[in-house]
This record gives sequence, structure tokens and C-alpha cells, in this order.
Amino acid sequence: MSNMLEVKDLKAYYGPSQALHGISFSLSKGGITTLLGANGAGKTTTLRAICGMVRAEGSVIIDGEPVTGKATESVVRLGVGHVPEGRGTFTELSVEENLRVAAYTRRDKAAAARDLEMVFTYFPRLKERMAQQAGTLSGGEQQMLAISRALMLGPRLMLLDEPSFGLAPLIVQEIFRIMRRINEEAKVSMLLVEQNAALALELADHAYVLETGRVVMSGTSAEVRSDEQIRKSYLGY
Amino acid sequence: MATTMTTETSAAGDPAALPGLRRPIPKWIWLGIIFAALLPLIGGQTGLISNFYFLQLSLMIVYSIAVLGLNLLTGFNGQISLGHGAFFAVGAYVTAILIDRYEMHYLATLPLAMIACFIVGYLFGRPALRLEGHYLALATFALAIAVPQFLKYRHFEPLTHGVQGINIFNPDPPFGLPLSPDQWLYLVVLACAVVMFIVARNIVQSRMGRAMMAIRDQPLAADTMGINSARTKSITFGISALYVGLAGALHAIIFEFVSPDSFRFELSIAMLVGAVIGGIATLSGAVIGGFFVQFIEKYADALTKWITSTVHLPIHLEPWTIYGIVLIVLMYTMPMGIAGGLASLWRKIRPPG
Amino acid sequence: MEQLLQQVASGLANGAIYALLALALVMIFVSTNHINFAQGEMAMFSAFVCWQLLNWGYSFWVALPATMLFSFTIGVLIERIILRPLHTAPLLSVVVVFIGLLAIFHSLAGAIWTHTVKPFPSPFPDFSLVHSGIIGPHQIGMVVVAVGMLGLLFCFFRFTPLGLAMRAAALNATSARLVGINVDWMLALGWGLAATVGSVAGVLVAPVVYLEPNMMAGILLYGFAGALVGGISSPGGAVAGGFIVGVLENMVAYLGNMLERATGFYLIGNGEKLTVALIIVITVLTLKPSGLFGHVTVKRV
Repeated sequence: MSNMLEVKDLKAYYGPSQALHGISFSLSKGGITTLLGANGAGKTTTLRAICGMVRAEGSVIIDGEPVTGKATESVVRLGVGHVPEGRGTFTELSVEENLRVAAYTRRDKAAAARDLEMVFTYFPRLKERMAQQAGTLSGGEQQMLAISRALMLGPRLMLLDEPSFGLAPLIVQEIFRIMRRINEEAKVSMLLVEQNAALALELADHAYVLETGRVVMSGTSAEVRSDEQIRKSYLGY
Repeated sequence: MATTMTTETSAAGDPAALPGLRRPIPKWIWLGIIFAALLPLIGGQTGLISNFYFLQLSLMIVYSIAVLGLNLLTGFNGQISLGHGAFFAVGAYVTAILIDRYEMHYLATLPLAMIACFIVGYLFGRPALRLEGHYLALATFALAIAVPQFLKYRHFEPLTHGVQGINIFNPDPPFGLPLSPDQWLYLVVLACAVVMFIVARNIVQSRMGRAMMAIRDQPLAADTMGINSARTKSITFGISALYVGLAGALHAIIFEFVSPDSFRFELSIAMLVGAVIGGIATLSGAVIGGFFVQFIEKYADALTKWITSTVHLPIHLEPWTIYGIVLIVLMYTMPMGIAGGLASLWRKIRPPG
Repeated sequence: MEQLLQQVASGLANGAIYALLALALVMIFVSTNHINFAQGEMAMFSAFVCWQLLNWGYSFWVALPATMLFSFTIGVLIERIILRPLHTAPLLSVVVVFIGLLAIFHSLAGAIWTHTVKPFPSPFPDFSLVHSGIIGPHQIGMVVVAVGMLGLLFCFFRFTPLGLAMRAAALNATSARLVGINVDWMLALGWGLAATVGSVAGVLVAPVVYLEPNMMAGILLYGFAGALVGGISSPGGAVAGGFIVGVLENMVAYLGNMLERATGFYLIGNGEKLTVALIIVITVLTLKPSGLFGHVTVKRV
């Protein structure tokens, strides 16, 4: 089986300073891979580099198609739903507009309408808030909106940047449950960046641990979880 | 811009910090000034440089002082002004009225014009503190429009002579010096400029200057570091107006005439363009800016004539088209102005180490 | 009383022009944070293009759409060619580039069409119904067209996917890219639309102030003031602000007139009305810095 995402020797730069020093990993079709590590390890940068949001070198192949050096919007149009750090809500737009704008580039309007229905089955709360200005939503609701917005692109691959950030544990559990459902029902592969390693390892099948822009270890979630050394030194639990 | 000034920002609270910044003025600059001061003897007496050319040089120096004043506000303190022509006008009129109406000695009017402009600038800057960015741009824009109207205002006509303006006369050189009035005024203007540039240099390198730049780069951090930004900003406004006012006063004396229409909005724009093209937040940029303000029109005109004579155009090309193109091209090639562009060129060609 | 009504009506008519120009300024501001100081000169240039088409014998209803299309193209080209390389340039450099554009449009208009003042026909029929003395047909036309333009733009931004994508690109460029929107093109389209709105303002004001390269100089200032009164980032506010400035300016002159007639003391006349109106606008802005219809944005440090 070919991979949904294949990253080889990826380097990324913010101005003159290098943030990624050649990392490689892969994500199988239908799988969930998580990137773990401390603050500043390069997790968010990796997601940004995949989407052409920072200057990057190396090879990124999405479902057989090389995307390094492409503009963000072109990568996105290949079916990549990026749920960014800080959620990226269009705060001045309504919830409905936030969802509609994500379907802007889709030719197949019927499929987009079906996806909207799908979003509502996952997040019924958003349906109640359709006319509300998105900036007035709670943090958890904004995270749901961000995931829904990525879903409205009809993605094959989702990049999720700390979906648990700043949310109450109950809401986090709900969101992770739904992410599992999306992965299974909509057949969306996921690359998950998380601070909360325990949670991420529960959801993901593979894990890569980053430190200062390099992969320091990888394996199946079960392997990483069972290795006490790694848990203590990198994951802190 | 924010990153280039971080060293100043971090030291803004400590007046004794960064002693290395207080470098002496390089020798070649002093040599240049001495040469400029000797020009009336060298060029004037031999007839190599005409009186008209001295007039133009004087105007260039005057605009340099004005651009320097605007630069202190916009470049070093980050407050944009589209209306500094207003202070130029106030300075010019104070001098003209004092000479015309009260028969004061022209040199004595200069400090009074400067004080008047400082007060006007400070008073304008005080309420304008609440305005930032584009709102300040509008307020100063309005000031530039308002002042000529004000000078034409019916009830001030006894002083200002309304639209007719005020005629004054070029003073003769004192002590029977063998100089023409134009040559003498050139020396006066040059002396004023030297003093004002040294003062500006000291301001920028002082605690006040670091506070100005801190406010520009990190307004919130400056507040938390104990800089009184309201006071600093309005005083900067006053100082800036003082510089421009002096330039206006000198302009009135050189030009022998003031009228409301000499100080139209275009003057304010020319000063801003001069400050940015010369090199914002640099002192040398002000000299280049003054040169640009005084001579660009002439060169644009010449270039237009040359283009019209070499290529056949279906329309009658105007100099302002060239001017606009020059501005855009300069901003592409040297976004930090000519001074900034030359500095980075120098860093590239200079051998490392 | 009738004189007062007349002043308000003509203030509204002038306000319609300021409103359109303010709207054009705001459309560019929301997506780029720049005030396009060349907006007025671009509108003036468009008015000349329309005049030229009329002069060649085309009917107004051919000339106007052609002018709008021309202006749209120019707007898009300016963004794509001249401003694109400056996306990361310092603010003051961009201001100088706008001044350069202003000089170019101004001098090109002078070079092509000379600086002599030209009459410009009003496109609106001179039907007798409106000859009540309070307001002329052209003034009514200006208000109707301005409000109509606003309505069209409102519908475009509110109800079309492209309009929504343009708003999204202006509000949050990063997020817009992440949903596949080509933000660069949205900026260019915004410039095109702004230039189009400005061209309508130019064509409408030309019959009032007569056509010449200087005609928009003062009007840009009013538009700028209108945009700021409305809170710079709000298109609806900009239109309201434009009307407010228009009426305010006439009120100032009217009250000054009244005072002079009552007391014989000349305080404010037509010469000072712009200045006084601006002082009022700026005073209001110092008291309420986000404009009448704007909202305070909280910036994270």
C-alpha cells in the first residue's frame, strides 16, 4: 500500500534561522500519525512546511504528488485540510460563512452539500450556531469549527495542529472521539501534532518524536507508549 | 524596521548605555563643511558659481533642515505627518511679519520663529497623541490644508496681507564683507544647518532619542519601561516643528516673499517624499532628501525634454510622470531610501573584517 | 428653512461622491492596510476616459460601462505589477509609491487631455418634476447611483462565493490560503473593484466641478475623512461617513452665513468650510479614535 504522505529530509527556515534539520517520516493511507515533542521541537513548522507556509527544502509527496515549493493554496487544493495552530477562525464571519468559504474551490457543489450535512452529524452544536459570528464561539466550538472547515474541503489528508490546546478535558475527549470517527468513516488520513502525548498516542497508530528539528525516535504508538525511557525523557508522563 | 533598532530599544531606559554609539563626527564631514563655507570665496569671487546657483544651494540646505525635522518625527519617532508644510508656513510668516511689520533684524526673527513653531507643534501634537497611523495622517493632512486658509482668513489680513503675501528684502552682508546678498545668505543658511544637524545628532543619541525610537518600535514595551510616551511624542512633535519652522523662516528671507499659496499641500508631500527617498531615520538621509526636494523637479524636467527630443511620443510628456516613475523605481531598488541603499552597498563592497 | 433643506440636500449629493471614494479607499484598506493616496487621481483619469468616449460619440450608457471596465483593469494591473513586489516593504515606502502613482496619473491626464477645464454633461435626464429648487436632477442622480452601487457591492460581498472569498482573504490571509483561496488574486480583484467604484465617483462629480486634472484633489481628502469617520475598516461606515462629511461641510458654511447676516460679523465662509469641517471630524476622532461605526480591535503583544 502506498503512503498518503511521504516526507524525506525536510528542512525549513524562518528567515536566516533553520527550524527543521532534515526530518523524514511517512503516513500510510487511512492512518493516523502523530508528531510529538516539546515546545520548539519543530512540530508546527513541519505542518507549515508541508503546506508551503514556510521556506522549505527536501521532498514532500502527498498521495504520489510532489508538493515541495508549491503555494499553500495549491497544496490545499490537492485535498489537504490544515487545522492550524490557533484555529485560524474567520472571527468576523458567521459560522455558516466560515464553512461555506471552505467549499469555495470545490467544483462539485453536491458533494460539498453532502459534506456540510456530514459536519452537522459530527458537530450538531455548529448547526445551532450557524448565523452566529464565529468570534463569539467558545474555544471548543471554534476548534470544532476549524475541523469542520477543513472537512468542507473534502480532504484526503488532515493536518491537525494541537486540537486540544486550551480546552477543557471533557471537550478534548469529545473532539478526539469525533476525530476517530472522521478517520474511520470519511477515510481521512491524519497527521496530528500534540503536546498531550498520552491522548495522541491513544488515537494515532504511529508516532514520531521530534527534538530541535530532528526526529529522535519513531515507532508504532504501542512501542512508544511502552518504552519508559522515551516516555520519561521526551514525553514527560 | 523593528528589528534593526532593537539595540537602541533594549537600552532605552538607561542613559549611560551604549557609549559606543557616541562616535565623533568623521573628519571628512568637517572638511566638507569647511569646503562648503569657502565656496563663496572660491567660486563666487572667481565667478565660477553664479548668484542664482548660490540661491539654489541655499534652498537645498533649507529643505535639508526641513526634511531633518520631519525625519525626527516620522523616522525616529514613527509618527507620520502629511502636513509639515504647515509649520514651514508658520515659520516663514512669523519671520516675514516680524520683519515687515515690526522691522526686526532678520537674524533676530529666527529664534522667535523657532519658538513659535515649537509651541504650535507641541500644541498640535498633544491632542494628536490619541491619533495613530492613518488618523494622524488625516489630521496632519488637514493641517496642511488649513494653514493656507488660515493665512488668507479675512480677520488676519492686516498682518498677513491675505492672498497678496508679504514682500521682504534680502539683507546686505554685514561688516562690509565682499559678498553678494545671495552668497551671504548661503553662509547664514549653512551655519544654521550645521548647528541644527549637530543638535539633531545629539538628540538622537541621547536618552530622549532612545525613548523616541523605543516608542516607535515597541510602544507598549516603552510604556512599561517607564518612558512617558505622551510627553516624548508631543515634545518630538514640537522639536520637529521647530526645525521645519526654522527652514520656513530661512526660506522667507532667501526668497524675499511669502504668500499662502507658496505653502500648498505639495510642499508637505515633497518633504515626506524627501525624507523617505533620502533615507528614513538617518541624518545623512536628510541631506540627500533636501537635495532631492530642491533638484528633482529640474532633473525630471531635463530628462523629460531629453526623452521628448530622442523618441517620438504621441503625447506631450510632463515632468511629473518622470517624477512618479523615479519615486516608484527608487522604492523598489532602495526601500530604505538612498542613504540606506548606499549603506548596504558599502557593507557589500567593503572587505570583511 | 427652505435654504437649510437646500443645503442639506446638496450636502447629501456631495456626500454621495465622498461616500463612493471613501468606499474605494476602505476596500483597499481592509485587505492591505494601505490608504491609496492615488485613488482620487485614478478616479479623475477614469472620468477623462469617459469624457473621451463621449467625445467620440458613444452614448453615456456605453461609455460608463466601458470606463468601469477600463478602471477595473487598471486597478488589477497596478496591484499585480506595481504593488505586488512591495508586499513586505515598509509602510512609508508604499506611501511614496502611492504618491508616485498620483503624480503619474495626474501628469498623464494633463499630457493627454491638457489642463484646460472641460464641461462634462450630466447623464441624468432633466425631468421637470424635480425642479422644486431644492435639489437638481444631477444631485438626485448622484445620491441614487451611490446608494445603488453600495447595494450592489453589499450583495456581491454578502451573497456570492467570490465575494465571500474576497472578504475571507481580507480578514485572515493565512486561513484563506488554508481553504485554497488564492489571496494574491483576491487583493488584485479588490483593487479592481475599488478602482471601478472610484471611476463612478469621478464620472458623477465631473459635471459638478468640471473636468480637469486637479478636480479630485480636495475630494480625496473628503473621502479620506469620510472613511475615517466611518471607522476605516467598515464599508457601510465609509458610506455613512461620506454623507456625514458632505452635510457637515455645508452646514458649517450655512451657519457661518447665518451668523454673518444676523450679527454682521464674518466668522466662517465658503473658504473656511473645508477647514472647519475637518477640525470637527478630527475632534470627533480624537474623542472616538475608532470612528463612529468602527470597533476597537484588541491587539495581542
